[in-house]
Amino acid sequence: MRPRPFFLCFFLPSLAAALLLVAALGEIAQYAFRVFTPGSLEVGGFTLDNFARLARPIYLSVLGDTLLISLATSLFTLLLSYPVAYAMVRAKSDFLRSLIMLLAVTPLFTGEIVRTYAWILVLGSNGFVNTVLKSAGLIGAPLGLLYTRFGVIVALVQFSMPVMIIILATTLAHVDRNCERAAANLGAGPAQVFRHVTLPLTLPGVVSGTVVIFAWTMSAFSTPQLIGGGKVLMISNLVYLQGLSSFNFPFAAVLSLLALAVAMGSLGSIRPFVSRLELKAAIN
Amino acid sequence: MSARLARGLRASLFWGPVALILVYMTIPAFVVLMTSISPSELLEFPPSGFSFRWYERAFSYPDFQNAFVNGLIVTAFASSLSLLIGSAFAYLVDRYVFAGRAALEAVLASPLIIPHFTTGFGFLLLGADLGLGQSYAVVIATHVVLTLPFVSRTVYVSLRNLDPALERAATNLGASPFEVLRRVTLPLLRPGMVGGWLLAAILSLTEFTASLYVTAQRTQTLPVAMYTYVREYTDPTIAAISALLIIFTTALMLLANRYLGLRRILAIDAH
Repeated sequence: MRPRPFFLCFFLPSLAAALLLVAALGEIAQYAFRVFTPGSLEVGGFTLDNFARLARPIYLSVLGDTLLISLATSLFTLLLSYPVAYAMVRAKSDFLRSLIMLLAVTPLFTGEIVRTYAWILVLGSNGFVNTVLKSAGLIGAPLGLLYTRFGVIVALVQFSMPVMIIILATTLAHVDRNCERAAANLGAGPAQVFRHVTLPLTLPGVVSGTVVIFAWTMSAFSTPQLIGGGKVLMISNLVYLQGLSSFNFPFAAVLSLLALAVAMGSLGSIRPFVSRLELKAAIN
Repeated sequence: MSARLARGLRASLFWGPVALILVYMTIPAFVVLMTSISPSELLEFPPSGFSFRWYERAFSYPDFQNAFVNGLIVTAFASSLSLLIGSAFAYLVDRYVFAGRAALEAVLASPLIIPHFTTGFGFLLLGADLGLGQSYAVVIATHVVLTLPFVSRTVYVSLRNLDPALERAATNLGASPFEVLRRVTLPLLRPGMVGGWLLAAILSLTEFTASLYVTAQRTQTLPVAMYTYVREYTDPTIAAISALLIIFTTALMLLANRYLGLRRILAIDAH
């Protein structure tokens, strides 16, 4: 057994942070089972009614919309991110690789509000897209892009791309180039090399990236809130409406738990899948 | 000749779409920059002139001044605490075996998975029940928990890449465990720790969703104040602040890339 100097110095701060988070989540779990008293922040006794309320059609349709938007976002994000990640890892010039990385990754760090506001400027009826199309004579009246699912997805895809690009680039950087060279030597064209070698080898990244973006979009708030403008509702917006507008903490807690369960469930589902894929890629 | 043509065609078939996708990713930032210097309240392309009036308004708006100061206070405390705890945790995971390690790892990594509104809502309830309300303490605790996984990951990667022979050599030469930690391990971890701290600071400074729950008027951070403003007014004042934030983060990314290597912070490269 190795001596363990300073174990407690390293252990206690981490434990404290973990306990805080567990306590905060415990509060949500606890509130989810309490009776809501309209007009009061005090909650009553134990009940399961808050969960039963989820089955109402309005909440089911919001859940359906949330899943649909998250699915569409994760698929489009994958399609647009793969070529960028490929270019970022494989470009021959150092300058080009760095440039692509800066362009692709910087949006991640400007914050949700800046990114969402930027898309309002791009998609609004007096916004960039409409102004450009109108001055080009392509449209007479402005297109309604804001306050639609389409607008929300366009913005969400752009937000999600940096994360997807990082995940895909990491996987691509680990692909053994000798496998590709071997395929090319055996007569495969570039498209065949990509389809039969590179793509299968990066499948773990593709799957985990897509699921990560799915879970991340499930919890997006400011985009549906501002670009959806109340016309596109996701679970996050319901939590906000219930929690901070109606002060129905118990039902907001139930919705939070639901979002948490979907996020954890979808991410948990890829664990065995990803390791199996990695195994398969290693064997083949 | 035709082979070269085919290769050129193939290259443009790849690079054309890549360029278009990068335009899609960067166009919102350009539109913000353009709008921020436009004299008009409405968006125009190209801008009809040049003016700093939205910057003046942004700087003189009291809510933004307060929120900016609040944000700096929260970020300073949250990112520093996150650095201390996250580094300690990374070291703990790398060096010690103890009961409950996997559980601790799972809990501290979970903010990556848990929706921010769930975390924020949980800390709002916790703060209320502890009688702390929406005070700085609650905001800072929330930000620490949210940024912790990023710090510990960055420091952990540096720890893994550290040559254990250096620490062994110091020990063999008679250094005490504390001296090894202070004079060998910590200096070697410095790039990773600086990167992690930077990441935590940026994430804390720009965090919005959880902050919306845990801040009150008195403790609100800049993103929350910006959100409130966007809901009430339509003028480009927010474009001015956004432009400054975009320029600031881009500059920071350039510096981080130059001095620390973005690929290393983001752990993209194969080792």
